[in-house]
Amino acid sequence: MKSQVKHEEKKSQKLLEPSFQDLILELEEFWADRDCVLQQPYDIEVGAGTMHPETFLRVLGPEAYRVAYVQPSRRPADGRYGENPNRLYKHLQLQVILKPPPADIQNLYLQSIRAIGIKLSEHDIRFEEDNWESPTLGAWGIGWQVLLDGLEITQFTYFQQCGGIDLDPVSVELTYGLDRIAAYLQSVDNVFDLRWSCHRRYGEVRLAEEQQFSAYSFDYANPEITRKLFDLHEREANALLEAFGQASDEVKRRFPVLAAYDQCLKCSHLFNVLDSRGVISVTERATLIGRVRQIACRIANAYLAQRSLASAPVSKAVRGEA
Amino acid sequence: MKSEAPTHSNNNTKREFAQFFLEVGCEEIPAGMICGAAKELQIILNKYLALEKLTDGTEVIAFGAPRRLVATCPHVWLKQEDIQRQITGPPKSAAFDGQNAPTRVAQGFAAKYGVGVEKLFVVSTPRGEYVAVEQLVAGRAAAERLAEIVPRAIAEIPWPKTMYWTGASGLRFIRPIRWVVALLGGRALRLEIAGVAAGAATTGHRFLGKSSIAVSSYNDYLGKLEKNYVLALPAKRHEKVDRELSKLAAGKGLRVHADAALLELVVYLNEYPSAILGNFDPTYLELPEEILITVMRDHQKYFALRRRDGRLAPNFLAVINLDRDAKGLVCAGHERVLRARFADAKFFWELDQKCRLADYLPKLASVVFQAKLGSYGEKVERIRALSRWFAEQWFARGIQQARVAHADRAAELAKCDLVTGLVREFTELQGIVGGLYAKAQGEPEEVCWAVYDHYRPTGLDEPTPRNLTGATVSIADKLDTLVGCFAVGLAPTGSSDPFGLRRAGLGVVKIILERKLPVSLSESISAAARGLFGYSPKLKVTPEIEKSVGDFLVERARYVFLEREGFAYDEINAVLAAGADDLVDAQDRIAAVREIRKTRNFEPLAVSFKRVRKILEKAGSEKKWRFPAVRPELFQEEAERKLHAAAHRVAAEAQGHKKVRGYREALQGIAKLRPEVDEFFDRVLVMAEQEDIRRNRLTLLAELLSEFSTIADFSEIVAAEK
Repeated sequence: MKSQVKHEEKKSQKLLEPSFQDLILELEEFWADRDCVLQQPYDIEVGAGTMHPETFLRVLGPEAYRVAYVQPSRRPADGRYGENPNRLYKHLQLQVILKPPPADIQNLYLQSIRAIGIKLSEHDIRFEEDNWESPTLGAWGIGWQVLLDGLEITQFTYFQQCGGIDLDPVSVELTYGLDRIAAYLQSVDNVFDLRWSCHRRYGEVRLAEEQQFSAYSFDYANPEITRKLFDLHEREANALLEAFGQASDEVKRRFPVLAAYDQCLKCSHLFNVLDSRGVISVTERATLIGRVRQIACRIANAYLAQRSLASAPVSKAVRGEA
Repeated sequence: MKSEAPTHSNNNTKREFAQFFLEVGCEEIPAGMICGAAKELQIILNKYLALEKLTDGTEVIAFGAPRRLVATCPHVWLKQEDIQRQITGPPKSAAFDGQNAPTRVAQGFAAKYGVGVEKLFVVSTPRGEYVAVEQLVAGRAAAERLAEIVPRAIAEIPWPKTMYWTGASGLRFIRPIRWVVALLGGRALRLEIAGVAAGAATTGHRFLGKSSIAVSSYNDYLGKLEKNYVLALPAKRHEKVDRELSKLAAGKGLRVHADAALLELVVYLNEYPSAILGNFDPTYLELPEEILITVMRDHQKYFALRRRDGRLAPNFLAVINLDRDAKGLVCAGHERVLRARFADAKFFWELDQKCRLADYLPKLASVVFQAKLGSYGEKVERIRALSRWFAEQWFARGIQQARVAHADRAAELAKCDLVTGLVREFTELQGIVGGLYAKAQGEPEEVCWAVYDHYRPTGLDEPTPRNLTGATVSIADKLDTLVGCFAVGLAPTGSSDPFGLRRAGLGVVKIILERKLPVSLSESISAAARGLFGYSPKLKVTPEIEKSVGDFLVERARYVFLEREGFAYDEINAVLAAGADDLVDAQDRIAAVREIRKTRNFEPLAVSFKRVRKILEKAGSEKKWRFPAVRPELFQEEAERKLHAAAHRVAAEAQGHKKVRGYREALQGIAKLRPEVDEFFDRVLVMAEQEDIRRNRLTLLAELLSEFSTIADFSEIVAAEK
């Protein structure tokens, strides 16, 4: 009974002005109700929710899949030592993958916006052309950024290619910019003023992290060591891929392709650190991106080869919807 | 060998027609592509309807809105015409035996077309006698043909980048198709596109309209959609936006900062556009208005507003996809977004100026211009050298405003803003930001505007740099790009021109012509080539490459003369054939030709020159016949002597005029040669039997042609038909 009252109280407060964590809970609940696996953030530094294996690998191959998760995404070059009201070293995305996308996917998405308390007919919501591309992942898609009264709140993408492989079926990727949406809902101009929970502000929870990681990636990261780390992770990834190529089917079935992917993610993040440190020349930049992409594409192929050896697919193949 | 030929039609007296209507319902199509796609759809449908003989020539109308492409044709025949065809079969010899009885071949042929052998008849053709059969080909129902045509037509619409969504082998289109309305005479056609069955139901505004609306005709469609908050016709949306913008501005005593491109964009971004007025903190007006307008226009698609005195007002107009903003929520949202954008701009504006513009120069070493052509830092070195070279040339030729020091400084600073925070954030402000910083930091005004303007002109109708230093740096920058890209194999091919070289070339031509700059194209290209070799990337540019850049620029000039100056093809060809290294001079010569060609003697003279050219070409290599000079002692006819003397006199006069660029006078003088030339051709046979007389006459004509072809090659002039 007591908890019932507390829940009601929370609900009414939520309608007024949802906290940052309320927003996450609402969206996760919404997508869980629509048959999504609720996954957890990946435990390696990534630049975007797309790099989580639940997206990068799951969109490959024929099996249907639905997943949602929050992914803290690190963009070292966007760090501002916690001094800029809108820019963050690390921001939080809510990522949803629908494979294959249902025909009413746009409506479904809009329902999720209604679910977080936005009355659609009272707002200027639009889909403006914005095609997404990740050169390091060999991935691209066609889509829009969704604008809410002029504010970009979501990237909506029909994935066409990932790891250099044409996708069939395609997946829809929805990436909600949680910090922005929360700032909108709470009418706050500075992200650090957001109410994270009933009693804590975003700044209280995250400011130190912003300050320290901005300082690390702009001022402290040792370029020489970072480069070496990049090389080491690359070597490990390539060694694994090499071994996979030569393994028998029996060995391939349980081969650590996923571990090779972790090495690839490490490389991608280390590249971002080097980039924000300002020590990469132009030609080197293109070369490093190419090296990461090459690993990513090889992993995508290895993953598919491994999946084709699996005795039973993860779930039924694609239903005939799109 | 069977051929088919329609002979006559039958039973086609009373034909019925009906209205065809098509709507392709999509997820949001990129705004910039809708208008073009509708035009393509119109062309494709017209093509198919004509091909299938389904219209009486009435054209299709097509247009679009963010979620739909619409096409309709008021007059489509319900049925194709029946056609009587004669089908030619096997040769008569094979079809009938000696007794004139039908063979198995004839029987087979008749059976194939479902007739008895008695219906066969003989036709004679150029190849001999054949048997034939007449057959009535019944016209097919339009509904049946359209069901095939429409999906094909939709799939044929060209797009810059397409996607698939039903599977890798499915239809590729700009965005997923979610519904299709296809009607003939109000009845739904049975067809399917990308798994979507056509029907008679459309969809209204995403939030304000019904999601399923039955429609029976084009007019019914327009009316019902409007009630459901979709203005399907672009003109209606345009009119609504325009009216509301003006009204809101007038209500505040302001006027809209006119922007036709932005207006067109919002017309295609909204299905039911409405304007709202928002405010921003007046303290942001301290920022330069270029920055404020760019942030509003390019990033938020807002219209800026001006006061009566021309200054910017702290307001903006946004166009939203709603009927109204009853609670002011939308306006508050847009205001908050703009506030954050302006705060960003202000932050960078202040941060960037903590050091001087020139201090950014070393950072350009790490910004790539083109992989094989190196960094912007290296490009700046080359542009500086080339700018100095131009300024020196011009100063030496008496252009007092040409200041080498200014040109050098402007070129040095031109690219610095590429590494400032503001330009990284708002790339379309490149050049402008550099100019503004230079000004704030006390650089000479000439240098500031030069930096500000050096990307100009950005299009054929866009302004060129406002001062000579800006023109200098602009030409140097573009020429370096052109020669460099050509040298590393990046010359534009077909529609592919990733470095915008055509635009760069047009820019060079436009600046030269507008400022009437004395520029030798070949020498300038060589100077640019020397820069690419003397500085990094130490690239050797071959004479062939230099020539192809020259030809490329002359092609741009040809385009400018034709499209901008309105000169005729043949006038341009005639002049450029006589030399195109100095474009200002070429333009003067074309203007003179255009004026003189109206006079009585000119075109007949041009015809004579063409004749001269043909005669000389026929005579073969000059080495075989040309004397070092005309030998008057070999003249036989009075007409020869007269032409020679007149040519001599006119040439001397023309030389005098040409020296002071009096091309009109020179051409007038040349035109006066007509009686002598006419008389020569009337009286004299050039190809005389006696060799030295013939050679002498050819030499006379050759001298005439070369002497008078320095202004324009008259043989290129196409005489008007009488």
